[in-house]
Amino acid sequence: MATPHETFGYILHDVHEPARPVGGPAPAPAAEAREREPLFKSEDLLLNLGPQHPATHGVLRVVLELEGEKIIRAIPYPGYLHRGVEKLAEDATYTQFITHTDRLDYVCAMSNNHAYVRTVEKLMSITVPERAEYIRTIVAEMQRIVGHLFWLGTQALDIGAMTIFFWTFRERDVLLNLFEALCGARLTVSYFRVGGVDVQGDLTPEMIRTLRAFLTEFPAKLEEYEGLLAENRIWLARTKGIALISAEDAISFGLTGPPLRGSGVNYDIRKAEPYSVYDRVEWEVPVGRHGDTYDRYWVRMQEMRQSARIISQCLDQLPGGPILAEIPGVTYPPRDKVMTDMESMIHHFKVACYGFDTPPGEVYCATETPKGELGFYIVSDGRNKPYRLRVRAPSFINLGAFDHMARGSMIADAITIFGTYDLVMGECDR
Amino acid sequence: MLPIAESIERQFPGAVLESAEAFGEQTVVVAREAIVPVCRWLRDEPSLVFAQLSDLTAVDWPERPERFDVVYQLNSLRDHRRLRLKARVPLSDCEIESVTSVWQSANFLEREVFDLMGIRFRHHPDLRRILMPEDYAEGHPLRKDFPVVGKGWRNTFEFWPAIGPGSEVAVPVDASALGLPARPAPSAKNGTSA
Repeated sequence: MATPHETFGYILHDVHEPARPVGGPAPAPAAEAREREPLFKSEDLLLNLGPQHPATHGVLRVVLELEGEKIIRAIPYPGYLHRGVEKLAEDATYTQFITHTDRLDYVCAMSNNHAYVRTVEKLMSITVPERAEYIRTIVAEMQRIVGHLFWLGTQALDIGAMTIFFWTFRERDVLLNLFEALCGARLTVSYFRVGGVDVQGDLTPEMIRTLRAFLTEFPAKLEEYEGLLAENRIWLARTKGIALISAEDAISFGLTGPPLRGSGVNYDIRKAEPYSVYDRVEWEVPVGRHGDTYDRYWVRMQEMRQSARIISQCLDQLPGGPILAEIPGVTYPPRDKVMTDMESMIHHFKVACYGFDTPPGEVYCATETPKGELGFYIVSDGRNKPYRLRVRAPSFINLGAFDHMARGSMIADAITIFGTYDLVMGECDR
Repeated sequence: MLPIAESIERQFPGAVLESAEAFGEQTVVVAREAIVPVCRWLRDEPSLVFAQLSDLTAVDWPERPERFDVVYQLNSLRDHRRLRLKARVPLSDCEIESVTSVWQSANFLEREVFDLMGIRFRHHPDLRRILMPEDYAEGHPLRKDFPVVGKGWRNTFEFWPAIGPGSEVAVPVDASALGLPARPAPSAKNGTSA
């Protein structure tokens, strides 16, 4: 008769190897089993990128599903900069909300101001004075140059080109100085008013001289940038054929702005539904062909040239006159009268505190900002605050195509694919 | 009835509930059940080609029996023409069919509406919260019954002046209902009674 040790094995000797049943067959050698399995096993890896990462342009978190170095799925998790702007709008007067629009796309505040006040003006059926429309066009195009320079600098920095970042910021600074002279702020400008622009921020002859001087030397600067990039092998390798999207997909994903035009779709709201004075100046819409980062870069470079063209024509045509419509109860009365005239002071007080009532109804108004179509949808119930205000943010909708564009590319390109949309998280998360 | 609404009605009898033009913009209200076929037809019809869904959002009307408007802003890049579609959704059956099969941009936009308004989209591939944290359990912030001024936590801190009855800003939610301590009586040094 077998002892218990012979039957069950010595537990403390070898825990993993069960005792051999008495009289049973010998176990197969372990070496044979190892041969059947491959030496290295491949499995999908989940990699978390962000939200605190220097190259995600803000606080964007993306989970990448990797197979080796290849991205097989990318799941963006936006929302880290969500401040509830649309909810706050329901508790702010129409004038108060202008400052919130600065903080959507904080790189291009002028464009956001423009998009918002246009929507309110559409709701109120306000006509803006001639000179104000010209100034609006000028600062919106200056802002487009600023936005594209910012994109070019940061995109090149993401790819590893340091110099261009400093160069673009040098030119950007000239324009920001002009903004500062115009309205006292460089980034969060709040320059636009319902009915015109800030009445104290008229373009002076000195500013026009500075702007003209900038415009004469700007094309040469653009060529300098192109000298650094257009034939740079690293730049070409990291942008050509990267972040591809076809025209059909770009339309279906709702892409607008340079990402849409880079894919070969000739659509620009400034041409399709002309506003301000875009129909009174000559300019063209640059359209790419391949739908990759390089074509978007090319589109943005050409857009800066076109913006410079628009600005110089606007300066030539710039008429005199008021820069803020005089609509009692909606716009502020003239500054000098507020201090001397009782009625004007009362009006000023009422406009500043209560704002103005709007006709009930709903409007959607789209504007071409450097990022794409920035639309505001306002539902009014007749009060001085919007019943519902919706921001159609191009960054948010462009980010929707990220998974589609990142699939199949290498992990090192994930960063440049964020960059290709010119994402700004303030606008994306609102 | 607008011409565009008539052609939708011809194609889908009974689908159009209302149509109007205001501020130079056309709005068509369609039946909730018909939203996906109408959208697909608007996209594919050669005389219209609303190829892009610019925006998708929702508006809350708490007094109305069908509480939510789901608003679709369509854009025809070819004809430079826009159209607004609306569908009404009641709170009791807060669901509508997803249009992700028609436009891919609807994916993120519907997730946002679900997150902030709490409208569910049937057959959406990945219906999760998108802007709020995924485990956010305090409702849907853009609904009108979600307070702008907070839910009463502010009044549990002694270092803030208290707000509430008698103040311009009312506290819509009773702090005790949230399991929080009751609002402390304003002390002499930080009270607002001055």
